[in-house]
Amino acid sequence: MADLSIDFCGVKSPNPFWLASAPPSNTAYQVNKAFEYGWGGAVWKTIGTPVLNVSSRYGGLELGGQKLLAINNIELISDRPLDVNLREIAEVKRLWPDRAMVVSAMFESDPKVWADAVARIEDTGADAIELNYGCPHGMSERGMGSAVGQVPEYCTMITEWVTSAASIPVIVKLTPNITDIKAPARAAIDGYANALSLINTINSVVGVDLDSFQLRPNVGGKGGHGGYAGPAVKPIALSMLSEVMQLPETQRFQVPISGMGGIQTWRDAAEFLLLGASSLQVCTAVMHYGFRLIEELTDGLSNWLDDKGAASIQEVIGAAAPRYSPFNQLDLSYKVVARIDEAKCINCNLCFVACDEGAHQCIDLTANGAKIDPAAYSGVAKTQPVVREDDCVGCNLCSLVCPVDGCITMIEVPPERESVTWGEITQERPEVTLEWDKMERYREEKGIEIH
Amino acid sequence: MTRLSLEVLEEKFSELKPPMTAREARVEANRCLYCFDAPCIRACPTHIDVPTFIRKISTDNLTGAAVTILEANLMAATCARVCPVEELCEGACVLGGDHKPIEIGRLQRHAMDHIYDKQKLPFTPAPSNGLRVAVVGAGPAGLSCAGELAKRGYAVTILEKNPLPGGLSTYGIVVMREPIRVALEEVALIEALGVEVRTGVEVGRDVSANQLLTDFDAVFLSVGMGSVPHLGIPGEDLEGVTEALSFIAETKLAEKDGLEHLRELPVGRFVTVIGAGNTAIDAATIAKRLGAERVTIIYRRGEGEMPAYDFEYTFIKNEGVEFRFFSQPVGVVGENGRVTGLECLRVEPGPPGPDGRALPQAVPGSAFIIPCDQVIKAIGQEKRVDLFAHFGLEQERGYVKVDADLRTTNPKVFAGGDCVRATGDAMTVTATQDGKVAARGIHAWLGDNALAAD
Repeated sequence: MADLSIDFCGVKSPNPFWLASAPPSNTAYQVNKAFEYGWGGAVWKTIGTPVLNVSSRYGGLELGGQKLLAINNIELISDRPLDVNLREIAEVKRLWPDRAMVVSAMFESDPKVWADAVARIEDTGADAIELNYGCPHGMSERGMGSAVGQVPEYCTMITEWVTSAASIPVIVKLTPNITDIKAPARAAIDGYANALSLINTINSVVGVDLDSFQLRPNVGGKGGHGGYAGPAVKPIALSMLSEVMQLPETQRFQVPISGMGGIQTWRDAAEFLLLGASSLQVCTAVMHYGFRLIEELTDGLSNWLDDKGAASIQEVIGAAAPRYSPFNQLDLSYKVVARIDEAKCINCNLCFVACDEGAHQCIDLTANGAKIDPAAYSGVAKTQPVVREDDCVGCNLCSLVCPVDGCITMIEVPPERESVTWGEITQERPEVTLEWDKMERYREEKGIEIH
Repeated sequence: MTRLSLEVLEEKFSELKPPMTAREARVEANRCLYCFDAPCIRACPTHIDVPTFIRKISTDNLTGAAVTILEANLMAATCARVCPVEELCEGACVLGGDHKPIEIGRLQRHAMDHIYDKQKLPFTPAPSNGLRVAVVGAGPAGLSCAGELAKRGYAVTILEKNPLPGGLSTYGIVVMREPIRVALEEVALIEALGVEVRTGVEVGRDVSANQLLTDFDAVFLSVGMGSVPHLGIPGEDLEGVTEALSFIAETKLAEKDGLEHLRELPVGRFVTVIGAGNTAIDAATIAKRLGAERVTIIYRRGEGEMPAYDFEYTFIKNEGVEFRFFSQPVGVVGENGRVTGLECLRVEPGPPGPDGRALPQAVPGSAFIIPCDQVIKAIGQEKRVDLFAHFGLEQERGYVKVDADLRTTNPKVFAGGDCVRATGDAMTVTATQDGKVAARGIHAWLGDNALAAD
């Protein structure tokens, strides 16, 4: 069995799974229970300035009969008194010395307030502080949360206040509600952050009730933007993780990143690890199914590592990160074509309609081996989609819509010309990238036919 | 007579397939792949656009789903319940290969329940075109033809000899598959489209064929089948001998006024059903569920030759009904005018008959008696040859001869449903399609004529 334990900027935990700072980590009752189930750590629900919450608070995204593909929430940071939270944090940490206890904090922008807060947090015995620069609602209007995360200068300034006061590691949690995630990441590192975590929730309106016209969640007839999280946001999180991993500053200072955003299964977890996250945080999945999920997460991850012959989780962290490349470094000569396994095909024809109307018209519908016009076809022989491989651009769409495992495979075919990237063309033949007639000539020269 | 409690009756005579909850329907609808040029559409004799209506259910557009269905099939509430979907749409579902096909029948019912609960007319009929069509017989074929024509602006009158319209949906489909209310609501929809339904009117008795041909621009015959023939064996008139269709009809009519009325129906303690088609299965099911201790189906051929659907056979065996194959009834025996048993001969398969199937041959001296106090005949129905003769129509083995447009040898007369079904399965859904095809044929012909007259 592979070793799942991690050491994240000096914070140790028996497995990489931490409860994210959110409703599941609100109380000693919950965090104790989560640790009993086997969670590796917890980021305590953000403590800070006084707040009052509203009712209702969450809205869910349902798709295709699947509930809660994402949650939108307008719950604020902890509404329990600071003293109570700090006392409970100390109690839980004392009970569970081997688990990671991180305290998320959000205070008003005053260095004295922060210095005092840091001292009180350190008194609990917590392993690290996470700065919540991401909360997109309620707190941002008061100049906290994402209001800080969206202004790199504030981000650097406050991070520096905290890092200069703290003796335990400081993790800066980034908001995704920004055009380029690299800017606040760089800003946090400039403020001497020991680590980063991402992503916080995304600004969202999760829906409108079609009978009452109320926004969801509804608070007395009104609603506003909330924080969006859950399986639906994972691709955004993976992209932002990859971007931050590319930053020279991240690489130079070896800044570890705690990944989160839609982790629901061990498979999601493995993807975050492969792209470079070295600790993982989970919230929505626990809100949906409870703490028992940890068994599936650790078991699945461990079995996968065993299958890959990895003795420890460290062997896979970042293993796929170098593959993340800008478009202009992709090989333009690489070619795949779709191949349909007719023995597996159930003749739903979804690939045909997707290719014909949604992509590049290289699948024909046939009956008894001859091409047919589906609009005019009234025969009894079943219709069979067939790929014209010469015309196939290798877009993947047919294989993505195919409902049968292994029926449509994208086959790599030998390149028809020598390897070249857009970056190389831009450098060597810039005129080709600027004028269409030059591009036409370049295509003729290289034998590139556009279907 | 049964002494079953109302609770037991409710359990035994409620619809076998329960309605779907909204969530169940949405989840099931979302499982549909939304195939392009889907095989389920082709497998449906009325070509309902199944993927489109299921898509609409998945988005909670139940009215839209119902209209999509009704555009292809005005008898969709009945079809949703009685179609042998395993043999049709669900049998063709591409998901059937390696997992469960979509429950198309139950989803269709979900959409139909919605539109009937809302009592909203799904179509606006075209303005009147001044043409009149008579439809003889208010079963699915007649109602379908009438509805399709009414949508196109025709004045349609349906003549029905029974007191209630709906044909087999009303009288012949067991209540566990289709409560009578559903059949009558379906008739009401056709009436709401402007169709006049006259019940208790028999062509040849109350109105002549010639009169219809004179009064109307076209006639559609959808008269189904006739009465159950005599077996021609001794004792057939003993008390306790009945035929399956009227046995089933009695339960339908009793259920109309509440399930408790089923208690008033006569049912034997030991019941013998002659025949092994779907009607026999239905009659046997009802007898068993009304409290008969033993129900035996007598069939003169073997298990493999039963006309009943496989799923019906499986179903009835689970009901505890027994089968006696290769047995030919030769006489009903009785005492004091009442049935006490059915005398049969054992038969063996002989040389092939005209239909290619082995002709059953009685084994001499093999007589045996099945003791019973009720005999139910389910041996098919007679053809309506007399009625066809009134209209002077050419026939084919007792069925009306029609062309591809369902036009008879009289250009003014079209026919469909069971009365033309010399080949293929006689199902509600094929009858419905017949009505549609004939309506199109009538419209193509009369439409042209009307233009010519202008």
